[in-house]
Amino acid sequence: MALLEEFKKTSEHLRKHRQPHRKDAPILRAENLSLRYQSGLALDGVSFELQIGERLAVVGPNGAGKSTLLKIVAGVLAPTSGRVQIFGNDPSGHICITFVPQRSQVDWDFPVTVADVVMMGRVGQLGLFRNPRSSDWDIVHRSLEIVRMTHLARRQISQLSGGQQQRMFIAQALAQEAELMLMDEPLTGLDVNSQEEVFSIMDKLIQQGVTILVSLHDLKLAAQRFDRVMLLNHRMLAFGMPDEVFNPENLVAAYGGHLHLIPTEDGALALGDTCCGEDEH
Amino acid sequence: MVDFLLEPLQYAFMVRGLVAAVMVGIVCAVVGTYVVLRGMAFFGDALAHAILPGIAIGYLVGGGAREPLFWWALVAAILSSLGIGAISRSTTIKEDTAIGIIFAGTFALGVALISTVRSYTVDLAHFLFGDVLGVRTGDLWLILIFGGIVVLTIIAFYKEFMVISFDPVLAATLRLPVRFLDFLLMILIAVTIVVSLQTVGVALMVAMLVTPAATAYLLTKRLPVMMALAALIASLSGVIGLYLSYYWSIASGSAIVLTCTVIFGLVWGFQTLHRRFSRQAI
Repeated sequence: MALLEEFKKTSEHLRKHRQPHRKDAPILRAENLSLRYQSGLALDGVSFELQIGERLAVVGPNGAGKSTLLKIVAGVLAPTSGRVQIFGNDPSGHICITFVPQRSQVDWDFPVTVADVVMMGRVGQLGLFRNPRSSDWDIVHRSLEIVRMTHLARRQISQLSGGQQQRMFIAQALAQEAELMLMDEPLTGLDVNSQEEVFSIMDKLIQQGVTILVSLHDLKLAAQRFDRVMLLNHRMLAFGMPDEVFNPENLVAAYGGHLHLIPTEDGALALGDTCCGEDEH
Repeated sequence: MVDFLLEPLQYAFMVRGLVAAVMVGIVCAVVGTYVVLRGMAFFGDALAHAILPGIAIGYLVGGGAREPLFWWALVAAILSSLGIGAISRSTTIKEDTAIGIIFAGTFALGVALISTVRSYTVDLAHFLFGDVLGVRTGDLWLILIFGGIVVLTIIAFYKEFMVISFDPVLAATLRLPVRFLDFLLMILIAVTIVVSLQTVGVALMVAMLVTPAATAYLLTKRLPVMMALAALIASLSGVIGLYLSYYWSIASGSAIVLTCTVIFGLVWGFQTLHRRFSRQAI
């Protein structure tokens, strides 16, 4: 019975595979998103909009629901209430959204090469029973070129550095021809050079009209490198330009006692909790 | 040496056994690659045990006839895989606990049913540990057809299975039918188990699924190569195991499984030593 249901769902899914993009609608509109787990509310009434080419950093303490929010936007988790619209449609009809996982959540011993992982981004476009054609491999190689990893295409993924791992997933998103790229803590554990490399690739993506939504716990990077920031602690506490959002009241509301505000000449310097948010799901 | 290799082949039952062992080795290894990569060894073991009541019922209904057992086992395996899938999803009990409960319970039921027949021990031993030398020509056809379906399905859904195994979240954003593919893989494992039943039996099944694939995993970091290598190791183990069984008169199923295990041990040991020495060299 369950199998029959799956068959039905699958064929239904194949029929409404790709919904048209309504160009008058924003690329992303989240309306009143809530998700309730048995342990309580993971997200509580989050609403916001993103326009094409914007880059948004979602910041907040560990366990604030950042990963959860990203997964709901990606259409991987269903919200308890509220809805996500991508170009005015339900996200489950779109394959133009990518979710780049936290590096700690990936099985790096899986027997695949960098090119294999990037090609996985093409699987949605390929459809069932079709093998990658040379045009697909061209896209894979172009994606690897953009992230400057062409020379690593045949390398097994366990032999990559942290920055290379992150760039490989960006290349996968490019191969998927993503228009909305969601990245879960992409900068965690990277050295400054690797972070810079990721930012310079993001700049290129923005020029191509890709919209980027990133979860971060580094407030300084969020303030310096993003045009929109969201402060999240289950509820959305603030959303807007970094200098509007990062004021002492909002930060204390988000971080409570975990944040230390140090008065300086040009305002308050905030020291956030710097631990890595790997316990979030 | 040639005599040594040819002598067993004058017996038709040995030839049939060898053909069965090679085919089963290939099917188990290809499916086993995913069992290893997705950490489903316990699921595979449980599923193999859970089909015993199905076989038992077929055995009782058919009055001990062997022919219908394949179909009874097939139905039992598919029902069990769906049952385990559903229960491990829906209860508040952890997945491995749920599998453990079903696995032991159904296995006990199977043994209980078979034990109602007097002089049941020989047949029970065949179900548990396999009877590859008792394979008939009709069985070979069933193995070929159903094993072929399994391998072709794995090839047809190659890229989808790779994605759901590597990154389920990516699979979801690519809008792949993840649950359908999960179920499909479970059913393929179930069919593989039924196909291999006569060769290694219920109790040793998990070794055929896991050991050759794990050995290949040590040797390569490419998925297609891993599948091919696992298939080679498994069919070679089948052949070596059967020769050992012939010359040393040991049970065929366990001879095959022991060969797999020894090959794994050799590869693992060699790699560990190699790593230690190459580190010392630096």
